[in-house]
Amino acid sequence: MIPQSFEYHAPRTVAEASSLLARLGSDGKILAGGHSLVPMMKLRLAAPKHIVDIGRIAELAHIREEDGTIQIGALATHFNIESSPLLKDRCPLLVETAREIGDVQVRNRGTIGGSLAHADPAADWPAAILALGGEILAVSARGERRIPARDFFLDVMTSALEFDEILTAIRVPALPARGGDAYLKLHHPASGFAVVGVAARVLLNAQGAVQEAAVGITGVAPKAYRATGVEAALRGKSPSARHIEAAASHAADGIEVNSDLYASADYRRHLAAIYTRRALERAAERAAAS
Amino acid sequence: MKIKVKVNGAWREDEVEPRLLLVHYLRDVAGLTGTHIGCETSICGACTVLVNGEAVKSCTLFAVQADGAEILTIEGLAPDGQLHPLQQGFWEEHGLQCGFCTPGMILASYQLLKRNPHPSPEEIRQGLEGNLCRCTGYQHIVKAVEWAAARMSS
Repeated sequence: MIPQSFEYHAPRTVAEASSLLARLGSDGKILAGGHSLVPMMKLRLAAPKHIVDIGRIAELAHIREEDGTIQIGALATHFNIESSPLLKDRCPLLVETAREIGDVQVRNRGTIGGSLAHADPAADWPAAILALGGEILAVSARGERRIPARDFFLDVMTSALEFDEILTAIRVPALPARGGDAYLKLHHPASGFAVVGVAARVLLNAQGAVQEAAVGITGVAPKAYRATGVEAALRGKSPSARHIEAAASHAADGIEVNSDLYASADYRRHLAAIYTRRALERAAERAAAS
Repeated sequence: MKIKVKVNGAWREDEVEPRLLLVHYLRDVAGLTGTHIGCETSICGACTVLVNGEAVKSCTLFAVQADGAEILTIEGLAPDGQLHPLQQGFWEEHGLQCGFCTPGMILASYQLLKRNPHPSPEEIRQGLEGNLCRCTGYQHIVKAVEWAAARMSS
């Protein structure tokens, strides 16, 4: 379990890191908390020639709110998010999601930016960021661009980031009035990853009907996705148990569903509908109580 | 590459290869074999140490990432041979059988009690979710942490 040799770089600023990455080209690999990359390197599934450790770039560790938008620096750890009073109040879905990740030690080191860039199909963050309609900030020597979460996850462990781009921050809307959200997950009993993970946000109108529902699902397909069939089925309806259950039955419509030793495609499809129903029920209850 | 770390209160400088994992650094370079290597896959928690006060799995961290950091290993809990209340608790409540997971269990418990000095049994189980024990069935470990929490607050 000893990784292949590499050269180590520890830039102190984003500018320094991006010029390093521009120079190293595809030989460079970014290290943040290391809780996805280091295990891959130990198994030699990854063997980068150069490691660019962004872990010392202090400007990337912020969590703040600006005009109703929450911005989280890429280096915020799962524990930073789990224990943030601002997020507990303004974007509780992120707190609820962080709590479900790995274990205490993993949450102390693992970062939201690293997890998103890794784009593991069973990771938790993609579901939450998709449901929130977030965007991802990426910086390179060529400039900054904002990638909508919807366009960020391309395939198994493949994101829209170019090799010279640094994921610097994530932006999501704070919880609005008459809004509620929830993240529910079935943990794989050994790895702790999501067999199915569903993040939901429900907004009610003044009459108590669903103005908008957003559902992000991870663990089910080669990449996390928005369950648009569920969202359309619930729009304009009252959030009754019957309406939610009917909508949730569309959770895996048109999706190529994963199958593995632990859960067959049929079982996953079944779980997706069940967890979607439960997440929507909880989000709707919270929206009604807000 | 040269790194400087404060291990159990004493600064030391060593030349290390960037690929050297922190757990190997602690055991093979610093000679502190109380930190155990279990699964090597970030699951079992046997290699848990504190880096700048936070419990980490030292098999999932390069030693160069800890450059400049303060590290606490099991050896640092009883510097003068006087057992820490957590060590005493594991002794009194039979929180171990083979002892392989114990250094990691104790350091994860150390962080737990720092964040939450009076945890419920359920909170202790959640706080130790990243540490596996194949002997005790965890019941005695929970009691050991409760024992220590009571001792430390008295």
